[in-house]
Amino acid sequence: MIIQLHNINKTYYSAAPLHVLKGINLGIEAGEMVSIMGASGSGKSTLLNILGILDTYDTGEYLLNGQLISNLSESRAAEYRNRLIGFIFQSFNLITFKNAMENVALPLYYQGIRRKKRNVVAMEYLDMVGLRDWADHMPNELSGGQKQRVAIARALIAQPKIILADEPTGALDSVTTEEVIALLRKVNQERGMTMIIVTHEASVANATDKIIRLRDGLIENIEAPHHV
Amino acid sequence: MGIFDADRWLEIWVTITRNKLRSVLTCLGVFWGVLMLVLLLGAGTGMKNGIFSNFEGYATNSVFFITDRTSEPYKGFKKGRYWNMRNRDIDNIRKNVRGIDIASAVIFGGRSDKNIVYGQTAASFFVKGIYPEQFKLETPIITYGRLISEVDMRDRRKVCVIGAKVNESLFNNANSCGKYIRVNGIYYQIVGVVNPKARGISIGGRNEESVFLPLSTMQQIMNQGDRVHFISVSIARGEPLQKVIDDITAVLKAQNEISPTDPQAVRAINLAAQFATFEMLFTGINILVWIVGTGTLLAGVIGISNIMMVTVKERTKEIGVRRALGAKPANIIVQVMSESLLLTSMAGLTGLSLGVFILDGVNRLMEAAAAGPSSSNESFFKNPEVSINVAIIATVIILLSGLFAGLIPAWRAMQIKAIDAIREE
Repeated sequence: MIIQLHNINKTYYSAAPLHVLKGINLGIEAGEMVSIMGASGSGKSTLLNILGILDTYDTGEYLLNGQLISNLSESRAAEYRNRLIGFIFQSFNLITFKNAMENVALPLYYQGIRRKKRNVVAMEYLDMVGLRDWADHMPNELSGGQKQRVAIARALIAQPKIILADEPTGALDSVTTEEVIALLRKVNQERGMTMIIVTHEASVANATDKIIRLRDGLIENIEAPHHV
Repeated sequence: MGIFDADRWLEIWVTITRNKLRSVLTCLGVFWGVLMLVLLLGAGTGMKNGIFSNFEGYATNSVFFITDRTSEPYKGFKKGRYWNMRNRDIDNIRKNVRGIDIASAVIFGGRSDKNIVYGQTAASFFVKGIYPEQFKLETPIITYGRLISEVDMRDRRKVCVIGAKVNESLFNNANSCGKYIRVNGIYYQIVGVVNPKARGISIGGRNEESVFLPLSTMQQIMNQGDRVHFISVSIARGEPLQKVIDDITAVLKAQNEISPTDPQAVRAINLAAQFATFEMLFTGINILVWIVGTGTLLAGVIGISNIMMVTVKERTKEIGVRRALGAKPANIIVQVMSESLLLTSMAGLTGLSLGVFILDGVNRLMEAAAAGPSSSNESFFKNPEVSINVAIIATVIILLSGLFAGLIPAWRAMQIKAIDAIREE
């Protein structure tokens, strides 16, 4: 198992304490492609943040790639994110003043890889997502689908253990949504990349191996998708 | 990744150049501050050079002595007696007072109407009899010929050295050495033409408008015996000024039957003290310039810090994404500090260069104007410049202030968590 969660609890202390995750138990095998669904407020974003080491949990155990993720320093967390996790965001989060190639190469910059080398690698990944000819374009010259493909290339370049995608198709139309999902599927199958996709679109969820439904901070059920 | 890691600076350079407007606006304050500092310092130096050029060629450690009526009765003399300094006083000072470089004396002749005559041309100029040493105290530029020599003095030769203005009005600036002119009724041969360097000091008339005779010749012709009117002494470097002055005064009093306590009979004019005052004045101006200049620079630095702060806020998302992709807090701090440092240095060094460039331009213009026909001899502004030391100090200040400006924004940027990039809309 690449991801193991044991009884994860998380409470946000604001005006009134908010118990968001109430004991999550979950195991995800390497090479699996799963989706997380749930109404807003069900805790799916919080769960994704904990999985991505962007947020901490209060009690329980989170093992990523056999490693206990707990009480990490900021630097350590950054290192783990860089090496183990690839992020795909709803709003792409490309850096506006860097072109497609430089955006893809950014994770390698934080590994201390030389500019020349990382740009070569970035071009390979851009090629893989079919955007080799768009390498010099700035994000604002790309369509939504293209931007998300650049973001996917960026998530993959450091060869992480898992990909976390937060509503990756939330800002895309139905045609591009299918393209992006097909690309993710392809990466999953060809590279055996573990993928966890948070979504509220049934069509996206149905393209995955497993659908995890959250409700009020607990896993309601885990089911196989309905193939139509 | 070290400080001189080229890859990192390239990354920062890309960030700066892809956000040109923001970078330029950030730079403006520091650029202006440094430019002002350099221009003010240059102007200060220019004023100092201008004022001091008026004393150029004049020994700045000079003290002059003149006589006045006695104010105390002594050894049978009534008070209120007129007295004169004599050649023997010079000899005594040279012999008995320690700490003197040069001692010289002057005797003044009158400047009567048309007292200097050459052929059909006549003009009015000052006449001074001098020791040869006098020209060591006020170094002139020798246009033609030579200065008064020891032999002229010893043999009481009827020779003279004339100032540039005299040469101009009598000989139209031609080489007049060997010619004879009539000075107060007696003919002298011209041996040299001089142009004084010091414009701001003149003793008994401007030197360029004077005719210089050997002191001995002049004493004899004016029937003055061995009297002199004016003694000038330059104090050796490092000697206690006031003590030497007191010693000379004592020698003069003892020699001339004046009460040792007489406060009036010997008057000493201390040029060194005047110079010290000027030096202090310009030190004051310099301090003021630094305060104003660094103040302006500080305002610029705060401006940079302020804009960096806004920038960090504006770039919350970018920084968050970088954090999510694996940037450590240290990476972010280094990035913001380096951006600040690079921006400040670029702005500061541009300001420094432009400032030096402007000062050089002004200098060239002024030199061109000075070479022109309408130039006046007295100057109040000359060679505005900043020394290499000042430039180095300014550069260090710029670099330090760049780091300083980045400090708080970097701290603010470090607080940004990756989660801030994801928590959106």
